[in-house]
Amino acid sequence: MKITPEIIDKHGIKPDEYKKIIKLIGKNPNLLELGIFSAMWNEHCSYKSSKKYLKTLPIKNDKVIQGPGENAGIVDIEDNDAIVFKIESHNHPSFIEPYQGAATGVGGILRDVFTMGARPIATLNSIHFGSHLHSKTKNLLNGVVLGIGGYGNCMGIPTIGGEVKFNSSYNENILVNAMAVGLVKKNKIFYSKAKGINQPVIYVGSKTGRDGIHGASMASNKFDNNSEQKKPTVQVGDPFTEKLLLEACLELMKDNSIISIQDMGAAGLTSSSVEMASKGNLGIELELEKVPCREENMTPYEIMLSESQERMLLILNSGKENQAKKIFSKWGLDFSIIGKTTNSKNLILNYNGNEVANLPLSSLSKDAPEYDRKWIKSTNSKKTENPKNFKSLKISTCLEKILKSPNNSEKSWVWEQYDHTVMGDTVQKPGGDSGVIRIHGKNKGIALTVDSSANYCLADPVTGAKQVVCETWRNLISVGSKPLAITNCLNFGNPEKDKIMGQFVETIDGISQACTYLDFPVVSGNVSFYNETKNNSIPPTPTIGGVGLIKNLNNMMTKNFKEPENHIFVIGKTLGHLYQSEFFREIMNFNNGPPPKVNLFNEKNNGLLILDLISKKLVSSVHDISSGGMLIALSEMCISGKIGAKIRIPNNIIGKHEYLFGEDQSRYIVEISEKNKKEAIKILEKNSVYYEVIGKTQKDYLDLEKEFKINISELSKFNSIWFKNYFEENYGS
Amino acid sequence: MRSSVIVFPGSNCDRDVAVALEKFHIKNQMVWHNDTNLPKTDLVVLPGGFSYGDYLRTGCIASKSKIIDDVIRHAKKGGLILGICNGFQILIEAGLLPGILLRNIGLRFLSKNVFLKVVNTDNQFCLNYKNKDIIQLPIAHNEGNFFAKKELLKMLEDNNLIAFKYCNKNGEIEENSNPNGSSNNIAGVISEKKNILGMMPHPERLIDPLLSGEDGSILFTSLIKS
Repeated sequence: MKITPEIIDKHGIKPDEYKKIIKLIGKNPNLLELGIFSAMWNEHCSYKSSKKYLKTLPIKNDKVIQGPGENAGIVDIEDNDAIVFKIESHNHPSFIEPYQGAATGVGGILRDVFTMGARPIATLNSIHFGSHLHSKTKNLLNGVVLGIGGYGNCMGIPTIGGEVKFNSSYNENILVNAMAVGLVKKNKIFYSKAKGINQPVIYVGSKTGRDGIHGASMASNKFDNNSEQKKPTVQVGDPFTEKLLLEACLELMKDNSIISIQDMGAAGLTSSSVEMASKGNLGIELELEKVPCREENMTPYEIMLSESQERMLLILNSGKENQAKKIFSKWGLDFSIIGKTTNSKNLILNYNGNEVANLPLSSLSKDAPEYDRKWIKSTNSKKTENPKNFKSLKISTCLEKILKSPNNSEKSWVWEQYDHTVMGDTVQKPGGDSGVIRIHGKNKGIALTVDSSANYCLADPVTGAKQVVCETWRNLISVGSKPLAITNCLNFGNPEKDKIMGQFVETIDGISQACTYLDFPVVSGNVSFYNETKNNSIPPTPTIGGVGLIKNLNNMMTKNFKEPENHIFVIGKTLGHLYQSEFFREIMNFNNGPPPKVNLFNEKNNGLLILDLISKKLVSSVHDISSGGMLIALSEMCISGKIGAKIRIPNNIIGKHEYLFGEDQSRYIVEISEKNKKEAIKILEKNSVYYEVIGKTQKDYLDLEKEFKINISELSKFNSIWFKNYFEENYGS
Repeated sequence: MRSSVIVFPGSNCDRDVAVALEKFHIKNQMVWHNDTNLPKTDLVVLPGGFSYGDYLRTGCIASKSKIIDDVIRHAKKGGLILGICNGFQILIEAGLLPGILLRNIGLRFLSKNVFLKVVNTDNQFCLNYKNKDIIQLPIAHNEGNFFAKKELLKMLEDNNLIAFKYCNKNGEIEENSNPNGSSNNIAGVISEKKNILGMMPHPERLIDPLLSGEDGSILFTSLIKS
């Protein structure tokens, strides 16, 4: 077959990239070779637009065992235990086929974690949809939630946190970001780097089918009117097989048979074999007729580019083949020796004895294009006129409206479809500031959260990105954990546009600043560009997944108010910043202006102080103040604790709307008993932390002096009806 | 007391229930579904999960596993069998308990804590619930909607073969507290000889105050009472 410009274009390869290929390999590629380049050089696999900036992120401290570059990042949690975690996007496939897209998103990220020898112990997800009024949203939301649940529930791994957001900018480009977290012994970590020549290369797991061919290339392109025709590029998941694969791999990992292991994710057999061999600075030779296939007459091209799920590539110590085969047969999985490592530094593919491809590995990995794309500074939203007349609005009406809005509604309709208690170690369920999982058999735990703030990021990417990192940090602090590290999923539009590239560059700058200051390194992540349809791009949406350590679970904190007659403190200063707030958005339909400023000193100082108060057992509940502001945070503490509060706005120079709904950063609400009040104040003052006492907890009513008094059960109803109404469901209580 | 937890491909609560059994000093062994004989055992546990990926029908393929013949022999000898969630589905498919488990009435997977009334405390599994018969346990299933024809329901009620019913926090059995549409709010049933219990809720998930409750522990302390 002659390689025409049309074929090259269909493979997403630009004319100058094609020239580079010929120069690197010294010949014209055949179709299979072109397909391999297409799989390795696309944005999704090569990070060609983002690499330059990703290198600037802080990725190390004394807790980091593995930073970016492996299947997942790893942090030390002491006692020879380590946590393996990563977040990844599955945006494009989920829009085309929501159930399978989301399901295989979960499946893929779980494989990244157990590839490293870790047993997955939790998953989380961040999902963004278009406006709830958009015709596609209901179906997409339903499909994505069913897909996440369908996969995670069957695997028996608790889904313990996440976020669900709606905004019309995602109408044609939804986001599905899934995070997986695993536990491994520090001395039993497995890596993907191949070692030694003439070692057997083993294929295990499901058979290879024709699904998902060119999935990664699809995810490296924008959508147009024909996007839905791309359905065949979406993979189909089988969580049952993945569960078997998980158990079989962990069983094999108990001894020292495996030299290296890599899951077949994006770009399937191509990227796994190329990555393993090039990391080890070796060559690899495969016999493609030995690859177990689901369908007849699959061509080498299809075999190499299929993204069929639930497959792994292993390099074994030679001589261990039979022992390994026994384990995989016990679990009913395919096992095939398909090749060997060589010293050629080339990828050589044979099919029925004929060489069908021969490429230098360096051309696929280290010599892949890396771009320094043009970018421009974002024109950040300036302070403009305030929307008029909000000062006369009744506080209670505004509160009700915000609590009832899709973005601020309580999300149990979603997370009750995810098994969140399997494995018997879920100490804090979804719905709190972070989920908390006990380390099996021990009295320590990890706190997990995922966060994003796309509205802030669109208005000012640097500040917005800083804010998301801080929000993650606060959510980890609020449950009493020491923040350790993050993973990030960077969702953007088309990087070939200087404005979008600018958003990306600035986002990295913001994340870098915050992570450096807070000593909160980035250990893994993923970039998803081209979230764009017909020239409409999503807002810059960095999603941050955070992990924190609770050394003693008896010190874990929750957000629910515990008992009446305790004092309510607001830690951190309230300035009344309403631009980009839920109040302006939901009540005034006003979207302009800058996001709240982020002061990293206050963030760190206030956070560490809260941790100190928690460890000294001086506080009964803690909740960070985030989207919606103080009154929303208070309502959430009342609703979850079924306890009321009597609040008095301090004599303040700012207006009451600003005070109650402002979204100033670095703030927490804490509940402190009369007994502990004196001691707590002493510590607050010693550390020069700003605080206000705004009232006391009480039975049954949220009571704002001179404004309103509302029963907690009614407040709870406001907050919980939206999803059920949206799906017209009313079964049980 | 000795127990055997059967592990099917796709079981995922096998470890959880083994941890619970061992916590209460029950000597446990994991038994692979492909084995033909049970080890010497007093109690057989069929754990929760998605045996065979729930393909064909939940519990159906597992009920034809090699080990099941010996499980049925164990049942006939009066040995104890506990089936939790997918284990309950397998017991029904194996013909060891009556009824059918349909998809939840809302057609959604449901993972939440529910209130249960312990209806029959006169069996080896529930003895210790005599002192506390309104309890809370988690459910996590897609097919937990227990269905039985009128005659069977009457038989179960008349012979006191219902172990647990979904209820509200005051112990009242009412429609609003029925999460999945089960006939008569049934969450668990026992065999006529009272040696087999099948239940949708997961007692093994609530055996520790740190996990917001210990109501599951009572089932395990009942088992070791003999």
